[in-house]
Amino acid sequence: MSERGAWPSAATLLAAQVRHQITLFLRVPIGLFFTIALPLIMLVVFNAVFGDSTVASEAGEWPSRQFYTGALAAFTAVSATYTNLANTVPVRREEGVLKRWRSTPLPVPVLILGQMLGALVVAVLGALLLIIVGVLAYGLQVDIAAMPNALLTFVIGVLSFAALGLAVASMVSSADAAPAVANATILPLAFISNIFIPLDDPPRWLDLLGDVFPLKPFAESFQSCFHPIDPATTPDLGALAVVVVWGVVGAVAALRTFRFDPTPGSAAPRRRRGRHRST
Amino acid sequence: MSVISVEGLIVDYGPVRAVDGVDLEIGRGEVYALLGENGAGKTSTVEVLEGLRTRSGGRVEVLGHDPASGSRDLRDRVGIVLQTSGVERQLSVHEAVARYGATYRRPRAVAEVLELVGLDDRADVRCGALSGGQQRRLDLALGIVGSPEVLFLDEPTTGFDPSARRKAWNLVEALRSDGMTVVLTTHYLDEAEHLADRVGVMSAGRLVVEGTPSELQRRSGRTLVSARVAGTATDVEAIRDVIRPLAERVTVDGDRIEVLTSEVTAALQALSGWSIGRGVDLVSWSVAQPSLEQVFLDLTAATPAGPDPTAGVDDV
Repeated sequence: MSERGAWPSAATLLAAQVRHQITLFLRVPIGLFFTIALPLIMLVVFNAVFGDSTVASEAGEWPSRQFYTGALAAFTAVSATYTNLANTVPVRREEGVLKRWRSTPLPVPVLILGQMLGALVVAVLGALLLIIVGVLAYGLQVDIAAMPNALLTFVIGVLSFAALGLAVASMVSSADAAPAVANATILPLAFISNIFIPLDDPPRWLDLLGDVFPLKPFAESFQSCFHPIDPATTPDLGALAVVVVWGVVGAVAALRTFRFDPTPGSAAPRRRRGRHRST
Repeated sequence: MSVISVEGLIVDYGPVRAVDGVDLEIGRGEVYALLGENGAGKTSTVEVLEGLRTRSGGRVEVLGHDPASGSRDLRDRVGIVLQTSGVERQLSVHEAVARYGATYRRPRAVAEVLELVGLDDRADVRCGALSGGQQRRLDLALGIVGSPEVLFLDEPTTGFDPSARRKAWNLVEALRSDGMTVVLTTHYLDEAEHLADRVGVMSAGRLVVEGTPSELQRRSGRTLVSARVAGTATDVEAIRDVIRPLAERVTVDGDRIEVLTSEVTAALQALSGWSIGRGVDLVSWSVAQPSLEQVFLDLTAATPAGPDPTAGVDDV
């Protein structure tokens, strides 16, 4: 049947998917709260508590507002990608939404890339919001010369954590397990990764543990772009390499295990669209 | 010309053989109904045709493609209404139809689709807030938004009230008259009788019989004779004893007697002979084909190792 006409272009399809993911994100209050509102609240609280004090970390002494804005922006990025995808993808699989997309002619790579890029846009918006509030309310200093490096670091981090989120989404057994797995992995890491607590001369093992996982290298690289005296204008290649390796591992794992069907290869129990949580 | 061609289809789930050597040929513009109890293998068969399930053996072709190839062309030309697929609850009905529609080469206009399925007054409602029947109608809308040449309907009217069912049937008839091929599974026999050009009955993973609804009724080789006995309860008992040797089944309901038999002439003669001999009138006679429902029950009951044949038959 040749009279069916031309395919919509890949760019059109991808743009539609990204827009789709962003609409969904904006309409789920709990995701919106944890990803956008909570880091903002923490920024306000940390600034109220620590005020003009300085923090001591491995990067030296610096004002707490510079430290926390970068740290929380990095954390927002991780929430928007890793936590968000690990939470929502299993729910959409269980509700049969992924199975329905699978039955349309949308190419699978566009579907998956759309989820990652949608998360990227949310992460950028969340981080920008923090930085803007930081500048306007707390006198955050932003060195334009460091911003290209900040953006590069941010994008690499976001894509890596998105891939890891998809990998977790594919590996959890059910949508009920997903939030537990996502939070149990990311929250403890956040505490040893210079996000909530500045680590000044931590024990060697804790330092090493943080360095092995991707959150600390990402957070520190991004934070260092906001160092008031010596902002990083070139990427920390060693740290980014750790992030990229994790991202590649995540992408490979996600590609190998991604599932559309709630119950692969088994006699599917009749599953009516019930009242699932909508996160 | 066949748009769907299946030879020796086998689907195994571990040690369980769910589909056991099914052959099918379905022509363009045909409405084909697969009937069977729950667990008979209907859904597995259709999911293989849809490309959503991997088969264990056999040859399958849909619109010239092997559905296992995941061909994009095939997914564009096929519409699927599943029992188990959901839609993003956060989207409005209009948004959902527009977004899924935008992935096809020839999407239908959203307003037209919503009107066809009767959701035009729910366009701005969030999908998560629809009632069960409305969600099924949304499933139908998403199945046809890509102007498919072949439409798969897996129990499309389960959960519908009678008027919604009637509308869904009208929709399928309208689509058929546009030349669409429709493959539907159902356990509503009246649905198959009403919609289908041909019916295939599955039981325990096999296609046990196939034909037009009237062929199936004829092929059963049985006739239903019924009459009203203008006499006493004793007369009804007496006539039951007379006819029993000739009947496969005799049912008595008040003064009404119903005889399922493969020897119509002999049964009619026995009944009228008894009536004249006793001087008890038999009035309002009828001689009819058994319903498709009766045929279905006979067929599935005849298959060995099947569970209770009525287990999957709702609403009969």
